[in-house]
Amino acid sequence: MIRFDSVTKRYPDGTVAVDRLSLEIPDRSITVLVGPSGCGKTTTLRMINRMVEPTEGTILLDGEDSRKQPVTTLRRSMGYVIQNAGLFQHRTIVDNIATVPRMLGWGKQRARERAAELMERVGLDTSLAKRYPYQLSGGQQQRVGVARALAADPPVLLMDEPFSAVDPVVRKGLQDELLRIQDELGKTIVFVTHDIDEAIKLGTMVAVLREGGRLAQYAPPAELLSGPADGFVEDFLGADRGIRRLSFFPSTALELTTDAVVPADAPAARIAAVEAPYLLVTGPDGRPLGWAERDALTAGDVPAERLLPYGRPFVPGTDSLRVALDCAVLSPTGWAVAVDDDGRVTGVVSQQTIGEAIRAAHTAGRADGEKVAG
Amino acid sequence: MNVLNFVNAFFSDASHWQGYDGIPQRFWEHVQYSVLALALATAIGLPVGLLTGHTGRGGNALAFIANAARALPSFGLLVLAVLLIGFGLLPVMIPLVVLAIPPILVTTYEAVRSVDPAPVDAARGMGMHESRILFQVEVPVALPLILSGLRSAAIQIVSTATIAAYVSLGGLGRYIIDGLYQRDYEKVVGGATLVAVLALATLALFWAAGRLAVSPGVRRR
Repeated sequence: MIRFDSVTKRYPDGTVAVDRLSLEIPDRSITVLVGPSGCGKTTTLRMINRMVEPTEGTILLDGEDSRKQPVTTLRRSMGYVIQNAGLFQHRTIVDNIATVPRMLGWGKQRARERAAELMERVGLDTSLAKRYPYQLSGGQQQRVGVARALAADPPVLLMDEPFSAVDPVVRKGLQDELLRIQDELGKTIVFVTHDIDEAIKLGTMVAVLREGGRLAQYAPPAELLSGPADGFVEDFLGADRGIRRLSFFPSTALELTTDAVVPADAPAARIAAVEAPYLLVTGPDGRPLGWAERDALTAGDVPAERLLPYGRPFVPGTDSLRVALDCAVLSPTGWAVAVDDDGRVTGVVSQQTIGEAIRAAHTAGRADGEKVAG
Repeated sequence: MNVLNFVNAFFSDASHWQGYDGIPQRFWEHVQYSVLALALATAIGLPVGLLTGHTGRGGNALAFIANAARALPSFGLLVLAVLLIGFGLLPVMIPLVVLAIPPILVTTYEAVRSVDPAPVDAARGMGMHESRILFQVEVPVALPLILSGLRSAAIQIVSTATIAAYVSLGGLGRYIIDGLYQRDYEKVVGGATLVAVLALATLALFWAAGRLAVSPGVRRR
């Protein structure tokens, strides 16, 4: 565990970058430091591996003062990933990744084998091994940066705005990849970002810092969204925090109905029995084809091109309430389509039913909160 | 008679190719002076440039000293050195080394200082020692620029080393100075041509060194 004990960083000109920060960073989880520019989040991160020395206070690693061990030993026990990756452009990808193992005295062959293994782990094709950094895209370079930091299998990973410089699509891919790697490896990750959405997506715990390096709130993301500590945190979270909080509720409990789901070749009597004004027509493989008006359908076959698009389906159990609600909002009929992992329709659910599920989830969330508080 | 005829006459005269005043001997002497001067200037300029470039400190003082050194006339310095020390190799080396230090020093400083700070930060963050950061992260990337500093120093030394002949030493300057005294313009042009050839050879040598020593990742092809 990394513990900040009343840590202050004051520069010679009097600026206070971090102000009496006390923080406990749990093991084997992702802790995100987030805040506007000038809030001291990068300084905080850099004090962990002593790239910046604190003016006052101590940082404890598993109870030991971080200043007790030689600085290079300390840094070699922590992976370090920075914005734009900071790759060595004169070295091949495989040699970039092998840097720390080589510093630790591994043989060349073993270090390269380890590097190849890590390339696969971070989703890089090993055919890129002999390339040079300039031959890779920004996203690929960042993956190399992560692989390089993981090379010597350090227990701690420090990441300083690692995904800020890539485009949103690539960024989402890198974030998903990080979560997957974290599931496999269980590192203690400290992650700095100015992007609150990134913080909420990645963080097990999120520390919101404000200008002048003071801690505004330290909480799990769901708690941050449901109960911001003050106006600053609320502003920083942005306008639609209620909607975003739905990401933390599963869609498993949604009551699906199959009344309005009919196969394309259903008899007229079956269609006439439906009470809803719209019907979801499914193909022979059970996949959705589109919505049709009941009255139009009883009059005969509705050709495929006249069916209303069903939008995007959601997968109960995998997707959150937020995704289910989004599907319902995007659907022209106001009903969301639920499918199983193979894309076969399992039912449909109305905005109204989703609304009820949200209210129920909030009530349960509050009850949980009281239990925790009590 | 034009210059080409002079060149032709000088190089086709068999007597110019042998003996202590022969072309191979003078050429070899010139190479020796040049290599020695470049080695001395590098031994002084390179470490200082690397260190100041790595720490980023002392840049202003460096630029001042380098500019002052550039303003010194090599020939004046030679005469002064001979007056103070007497004849020999040392007074010739002084102006050549003084001439060569500024391009080496200033270019090396600039080359190391302008290396992208991100990889340096990454290297430091992963626990690399400062000396390793300099030699394994900064120098490989700064190498093309460092080599260009050494190259211009070498070219200047090669063309200036002719002054050794003024103080009774050898080298290709012998042909130029003796030729002028003897009004033997064939000799003057021949000597000047040899100096130009040596300068071009130096260029080729540095080009080859760059191809061999600079990583394809830095050359970007």
